[in-house]
Amino acid sequence: MELILALLIGVLYASGIYMMLRRSLVKLIVGIILLGNAVNLLIFLLGRITKGEPPIIPGDSDVFLQAYTDPLPQALILTAIVISFGLQSFAIVLVKRAHKMVKADDLDEMNTTDAES
Amino acid sequence: MNENIIFYPILVQMAFAILLMFLWMRVEWQKWVSIIGSVLNLVVASSLFAIILREGTTSVQAGGWEAPFGISFVADALGVTMVLLTAIVGLAVSIYSGVSVNRARLKFGYFPILHLLLLGLNGAFLTGDIFNLYVWFEIIIISSFVLLTIGGEKAQLEGAVKYFTLNFLASMIFLTAIAVLYGLTGSLNMADLVAKMAAVENRTLVQVNALLFLIGFGIKSALFPLYFWLPASYHTAPSAVAAIFGGLLTKVGVYAIIRMFTLIFEVDSLIQIVLLSTAVLTFFSGAIGSLVQNNIRKIFSYLIICHIGYMIAGVGMMTQVALAGAIFYLIHDIVVKTNLFLMTGLIYKMKGTHSMRKLGDLYAEYPLLSLLFAIPLFSLVGIPPLSGFWPKLSLIEAGFDTESYWIIGAILFSSLLTLYIVVKFWSEVFWKPGEQLPNIKHFRYFRKLKKRHKWRLVAPVVFLSLISLYIGFGAESVMELSNRISDELMDPQHYIEAVLPST
Amino acid sequence: MKTIILRAASNYMLPLLLVFSVFILLRGHYLPGGGFVGGLVAAMAFVLHAFANKLETTKKLFRMHPGFLMPFGLTLALLSGLMPMIIEESSFLTAMWLSEALPAIGAVGTTLFFDIGVYLVVVGVTLTIIFTISESS
Repeated sequence: MELILALLIGVLYASGIYMMLRRSLVKLIVGIILLGNAVNLLIFLLGRITKGEPPIIPGDSDVFLQAYTDPLPQALILTAIVISFGLQSFAIVLVKRAHKMVKADDLDEMNTTDAES
Repeated sequence: MNENIIFYPILVQMAFAILLMFLWMRVEWQKWVSIIGSVLNLVVASSLFAIILREGTTSVQAGGWEAPFGISFVADALGVTMVLLTAIVGLAVSIYSGVSVNRARLKFGYFPILHLLLLGLNGAFLTGDIFNLYVWFEIIIISSFVLLTIGGEKAQLEGAVKYFTLNFLASMIFLTAIAVLYGLTGSLNMADLVAKMAAVENRTLVQVNALLFLIGFGIKSALFPLYFWLPASYHTAPSAVAAIFGGLLTKVGVYAIIRMFTLIFEVDSLIQIVLLSTAVLTFFSGAIGSLVQNNIRKIFSYLIICHIGYMIAGVGMMTQVALAGAIFYLIHDIVVKTNLFLMTGLIYKMKGTHSMRKLGDLYAEYPLLSLLFAIPLFSLVGIPPLSGFWPKLSLIEAGFDTESYWIIGAILFSSLLTLYIVVKFWSEVFWKPGEQLPNIKHFRYFRKLKKRHKWRLVAPVVFLSLISLYIGFGAESVMELSNRISDELMDPQHYIEAVLPST
Repeated sequence: MKTIILRAASNYMLPLLLVFSVFILLRGHYLPGGGFVGGLVAAMAFVLHAFANKLETTKKLFRMHPGFLMPFGLTLALLSGLMPMIIEESSFLTAMWLSEALPAIGAVGTTLFFDIGVYLVVVGVTLTIIFTISESS
């Protein structure tokens, strides 16, 4: 399980960054989404995966009897998902507006701010 | 003392952001509510500053959950100083925006989002939890995206695409670093991490983690070679927005670097060489970039990059004196950079152009204002006794202490380049006989404004210039403050005790 | 999507989904659910309505722009955080609970009001985003 997740995370990071490096604006958004998911999975993996052991102390004892799932990484992922939801929707609106204004799906066309004025 | 006062700067900004959202359609009211909010925030921030300096580092646990399990908020001398500076800059910008930002932009919620940005800044400076720091960073960048794109001009959108992409990448690298950190230690509380990080056996992974944080914050604070988004986007925003960006946003990254490398990671020989060489390269790339520019806002954008180097050099040398210099520079730079961008906004209002070649004759037309503008300009260079001089003195002293003479050389050379740029700027914009500029129709020229509107544009510049002068002439008290902050940073025991009282 | 079945169904689905979203909101403290998920379900209900009918029809359901839910939700969340500070001088966001659970709703505390605030903000934000994206096309 860990190995599969690690490979998946690697693939997601690589493809996310690759997509962000492309010239197309739509691929930029795809890259942003992939990269966001890769990071969330990384937090999940590094929080140690424990299956089927919720972090609840049984009623008849005072301490945890077994290794339990750490709830914190899941809370972190949930927060990160909410934030990346906001960022991605902003990215879509921004790219749409930019595309309308520049009339091209090409980052190379967007160079007026770097030109001398 | 009631520990809840630590929350007050955050709560005040949040309350005013909400209030301004309720007033979404009433732009005229928003202007005044925003100023009231900023004044109130300044009062709260300065009383928090006074209390924390008197009583020492204090912490409070959000929701009453014990540290290290809950989210801690910590007010130490560095945090409250930054909150105070945020309040000062926030007040100046909110007075200035009422006149300088045009109505179309104000209608899209400029003021609520400005206060959300200030909320995020206050939160970032007061939090004691790394993941919470990430959340505040996101609040800051999301509001900065909106402020940057508000108005929707072509240049703005193009700049925003670059700004968004690189800042998003920085956030993701920051989050990756947090994931690795959590995997290594199982904690996110900064005070708790001090001991836990030192106990990690796999030092290589710790070093990789430190570098991940450095890259994440390096993009945000525009270090060499990660700064290209800054000159591509800052000059496209309205000058009030550029002022708060130039003054505060890159400095949040520097603040985070200072926190990370004094508290959690140690500056070992690898990190030191990385920090110092980046600092030197940042000096040169910023200064040389600035030399060849013609747009006055781009000149200052590149100077922001150049001067980030001083603070990073201070962190890299990691002695008490060097850190004090870096902190002093941080204080000086926030005020001066904000002031400079407000000034470029005023120059644009006077002449209707940002091109240095076309500008000129400003001294003949506005002699008094030109003298006012001379204060931030020459504070920037650090002509003694103005404010930029003292921190450089500390940094050079630290360079002698650590025998890193190449840093001293780089600091002196980049100061010389800054001096050259400022003198060139002064003679081109203020003394040179300017071109006859075409009269732009429907442009709200400075001379056509009503007198009270003129005052609301000039007053923030006067206010920030007075603070700059105080930092320069009252350098002793600021130096005392920087030394105190630097002492606290070098010995994190107080910080840990404030958060985790049992140890 | 112009099918008559979906359009007829969506008129009944909208109130049902809204009730379901409130159900998810209320069970959220100890069971899966909560303000964020509930808010998303409520927003999706309106999106479904907009798919079946026209966007303008859905917009007419609101007296004002859904973006105005945001300040209301934020106020509720802020006040529920401030309550413990004002009443018992404990830390910001400390949970305060009524000693008796209410019938049908369950335990009531400041957390619930915080969650309702989150619910309103999520509905406001999501609908604002979706309306903005679909408007300009």
